[in-house]
Amino acid sequence: MNIKYQKNGSDLTVFVYGELDECSSSKAKNLIDRVLNDNYTSSNVIFDLSGVSFMDSTGIGLLIGRYKKLKQQNVASYISGASVATEKVIELAGLYSIMPKI
Amino acid sequence: MNNNKMVLKISAISENEHFARTVVGCFVLRLNPSVAQVSDIKTAVSEAVTNCIVHGYPNNPGEITIEAYIEKGNIHINIFDNGVGISNIEEALQPFYTTKGDEERSGMGFTIMQSFMDSVEVKSKLNEGTKIYMSKKIISDAV
Repeated sequence: MNIKYQKNGSDLTVFVYGELDECSSSKAKNLIDRVLNDNYTSSNVIFDLSGVSFMDSTGIGLLIGRYKKLKQQNVASYISGASVATEKVIELAGLYSIMPKI
Repeated sequence: MNNNKMVLKISAISENEHFARTVVGCFVLRLNPSVAQVSDIKTAVSEAVTNCIVHGYPNNPGEITIEAYIEKGNIHINIFDNGVGISNIEEALQPFYTTKGDEERSGMGFTIMQSFMDSVEVKSKLNEGTKIYMSKKIISDAV
């Protein structure tokens, strides 16, 4: 599990690498929240999941939690790069309706 | 290949999740499943094991038993814990239902198991544990 980020104007892209499950979610949450806090002036946050090799419902909970946090700050959040398997979990949870796919 | 069986016992700690889903994912390979089928099975196993860890043993981690067997082109996976049990199974099966919303839980575990497997049955007794029986057809014309 690792996190990287890239800032482009008011857009912040958070790259997630590794597996998002019960074992890794606590570390992922801490790392992502640190990036979000350090870049609080962003207007849009894109979660790039192209490096995610596995994700279950724990990952959905993690992403919904970040969405709620960002929404309170009037920041829009998006998802990109999900694999076919990850996308199946995302679509089942209806996550794209609140965090659009770009 | 038919009637092959495996049993795995693990401590109910999250570090074992990857191991559990990988073992079951490897076991089913003898049926020559598609990548998507293996992915579905690994995700369903991960959800069931997460439930045992988070909900079955909220205080002290106990033991999780994972049985899998192959029968007529189907993979059957049974996942048992000896934890606190589920008081209302019907409620627990509802999409987005969670008893731990403050922990950013999505409440999608059982919904994912039901969507990714062909059948899911849950049996539970308070203070005795929960048993999840899942199956998925891998070879449609197997006899």
